[in-house]
Amino acid sequence: MDREQEVELARQLIAGAPGAFERFVEHFRSKVFQYSWLMCGHREDAEEVAQETLLKVFENFTQIREPERVRPWVFRIAKNACLMKRRKSVFAPATELSLDQLMPVRSNAGGRVAIEIADWSALPDDLLLRAELRDTLAAAIGELPESYRSVILLRDLEELSTQETAQILDLTEDVVKTRLHRARLAVRQKLDQQLRSPHGATAEMSKQGG
Amino acid sequence: MEPHQHSEQCQEIFALLSDYLNVELPPDACREIETHLAGCPPCVEFAESLRKTIELCRRYRPAELPSPLGESAREELLAAYQKMLAARGA
Repeated sequence: MDREQEVELARQLIAGAPGAFERFVEHFRSKVFQYSWLMCGHREDAEEVAQETLLKVFENFTQIREPERVRPWVFRIAKNACLMKRRKSVFAPATELSLDQLMPVRSNAGGRVAIEIADWSALPDDLLLRAELRDTLAAAIGELPESYRSVILLRDLEELSTQETAQILDLTEDVVKTRLHRARLAVRQKLDQQLRSPHGATAEMSKQGG
Repeated sequence: MEPHQHSEQCQEIFALLSDYLNVELPPDACREIETHLAGCPPCVEFAESLRKTIELCRRYRPAELPSPLGESAREELLAAYQKMLAARGA
């Protein structure tokens, strides 16, 4: 469901249209579960966050003046519910990601600058969806410090704007941009390692290609 | 161009790549990056790997789905929704 369809669904929900409640619950319960699963790291916590978020959404729905803002509004509530859960969960300590550590290793042999990097250009898009890469991606996101993880989840997985993400997380837009970049670089680094491993997707693809 | 200078310019590019891919940079900065990329295959390769990382995140769908919604949880949500509708109609 894209954002336009979500906005339409929010309008139907407010109007009490038949079936709107069921569709709204199904759609947002799954979205909030995914976000809180990757934020909290526990299935039970993620299911509780999804339920608490939906409950708050219905209790406060009369406050939403603009149905256009339904997605950021729901995620703002979900973020707060995750923060409450955090007290009970084991979270990685707060650390900063340094840009230097996230750059590829460079070599300068014979005056030619090269970087050690997997061959990403050969990766067809459908291979990007394979289970092993998906698992690597989820693990890479899970390993990010929380302050970076929340940004990449909202910006890249939920496709919220820089401004919306800044409002949800109470950050400036510049901080959102900096953290997003470092989070992406850290995830890229993990995927690159996976692709370069002997059992990585690139190796497998070469075998298939003959 | 000496290798050291080259490397420094690459580092500046690395720092701006997300903003560049998000189309969140002013036109001058964009042109500067494009000029650099035109003469630096390693940076092009790196930018492509970052673009695919973003694409992968956007297309990510979790293997884990929530358990089916229990009857009491559904009742709780429906009660809150009906209360909201009633308050709106009042």
